[in-house]
Amino acid sequence: MSVHIAKALDPVEAMRKAHADALIDVATFKDEVTLIIKPETLVTVARYLRDTPGLIYNFLSDISAVDYFNPQGGYDGRPERFAVSYHLYSMLYNRRIRVKTFVAEEEPHVPTLTVVWPAANWLEREIIDMMGITFDGHPDPRRLLMPKDWDGHPHRRDYPLGYEQVMFSFNVEDIIKHKPNAKDGQEENTRQ
Amino acid sequence: MTLNVLERDAQKLGEGAGEMSSGQMATWEGSVEELRGLVSERAMTGETMLLNMGPHHPSTHGVLRLLLELDGEEIVTCLPDIGFLHTGIEKNIESKSYEKAVTLTDRMDYLSPMSNNAVFSMAVEKLAGIDVPVRAQTIRVICLELQRISSHLVWLGTHALDMGAMSVFLYAFREREKILDLFEMLSGQRLMGSYIRPGGVWRDLPAEFLPALQVFIDDFPRRVKDYESLLTKNPIWIDRTQGIGVVEPDEALAYGMTGPTLRASGVNWDIRKAMPYSGYEQFDFDVPLGEHGDVFDRFYVRILEFHESVRIIQQAMKNIPGGAFRSENRKFVPPPRAELGRSMEAVIHHFKLWTEGYNVPDGEVYVAIESPRGEIGCYLHGTGGNKPRRVHFKTPSLMHISSLGKVSQGHMIADVVAIIGSIDIVLGDSDR
Repeated sequence: MSVHIAKALDPVEAMRKAHADALIDVATFKDEVTLIIKPETLVTVARYLRDTPGLIYNFLSDISAVDYFNPQGGYDGRPERFAVSYHLYSMLYNRRIRVKTFVAEEEPHVPTLTVVWPAANWLEREIIDMMGITFDGHPDPRRLLMPKDWDGHPHRRDYPLGYEQVMFSFNVEDIIKHKPNAKDGQEENTRQ
Repeated sequence: MTLNVLERDAQKLGEGAGEMSSGQMATWEGSVEELRGLVSERAMTGETMLLNMGPHHPSTHGVLRLLLELDGEEIVTCLPDIGFLHTGIEKNIESKSYEKAVTLTDRMDYLSPMSNNAVFSMAVEKLAGIDVPVRAQTIRVICLELQRISSHLVWLGTHALDMGAMSVFLYAFREREKILDLFEMLSGQRLMGSYIRPGGVWRDLPAEFLPALQVFIDDFPRRVKDYESLLTKNPIWIDRTQGIGVVEPDEALAYGMTGPTLRASGVNWDIRKAMPYSGYEQFDFDVPLGEHGDVFDRFYVRILEFHESVRIIQQAMKNIPGGAFRSENRKFVPPPRAELGRSMEAVIHHFKLWTEGYNVPDGEVYVAIESPRGEIGCYLHGTGGNKPRRVHFKTPSLMHISSLGKVSQGHMIADVVAIIGSIDIVLGDSDR
């Protein structure tokens, strides 16, 4: 049995031809190609990358979100505060690609990819929970790791790391006074 | 006073039981309304039963909680719930310099700390451009394969224990103990050695390590035969495992399964072969594949992986290259202790590296390696400073647990125990 395998296409060129309107930028860093696209085109682009002969990025490796918040102000040179990165892998051509989309600080939301890969379900739930980015059309948008009544999104850069001061007999009353926020009144966790 | 509390609780319990109707249930969700759309409509009316399993159930391998919707003993829906072991490792790494973050990665997948160290170190090396000497790469391969054996031994022991085969557990942990002794020789720690660091490994192989490893490797294949004689042809074992929890290849890919769980479904994808790292391309080994994707195949693929890991270690031991065991690039890797006494520059490097760390570029990399459970990936985003902006670990257990609901549908409760065991989950890995 012989199977015809289409010749591998360059993902950047293919995207420029087929979805030029969706593509904002292409970045290559340390031999890793990143397609930066508009958030609303995510599902179309994911389907295109998955199903086009010559690309066949059939495996969703990872979804992760980045917060570019800088306490000194601005987003470290990025247009928006958040970014969601999708790491796709093509088993046929043995290569990876990163699809990245930037989302604004106010009510950040992107479309869900669970319709393309069921694997996206929990990866997106983790981002809903930890980064506070909502995924439109997600079938089960409950918190994944934190308790359901948790306040805030811990992976945001402006969310304090938090720690408990070591309790001794001389400061026990002071610490209990500040419970449940035992950190209050102490030096902020500095970030370099 | 104690009695009063007990009485009050008993009273409450009695009240609760009296009021319990179809709209209420005794799980943490509060009311069944919260689960609308996730469980079937029959659960809303109370026709099917919602049963809480875990998080302290012995067969959940840690703190996994399952909410099962049962029709008799058959599973209609299975909703896994994780997060009980969430320790904020990713968040903590954001406030640590790269060298110091390695110790945190040990704590994620506590059955294979070496893989976690390796994937994080490799991501840092790629982002910062640190070279790794060939000797360090071979030492890493030995460590990673030993770790694979030790992790599979824990899986084998606990999986068999869940299914009622007590003796396998004792034998498997006996051999694991020997591997932990070897790790102690290397790093001074049995479990979480942080032995693999950016730029190489923490220290060179001690003189007694290779002879001890040789003894273990000569002995181990015989032990695997022992496990096989207890399980592989055991009719009870076969009855409990064959045809249970079948995962089709395309389903496995869609749900993001990796590692032995994916290969048991017949998909030939092993990162060690597909995208070799740390010099895996020099070694001659096979990738065992399953056919049916059931619990038995997942069991047998891992048994065969024992032999492949032994083969890799044997080849690696035969020709360990000479040279440095970690990078000589002093801007990233601390100088040897002996140099501190005679070189001012070494003192400066040492001081700079252990106080401030080193800066890496403002860019992002994704590195993935084959851990005992599957693809463990590290997405690392630098800031140009000495601390990462974001580090995210893609962990195989998270993907496997997320597919548990799908895999266990239509099976009996007792089979869920077999399925959980066969996909080899570690909750520290999924919750991080």
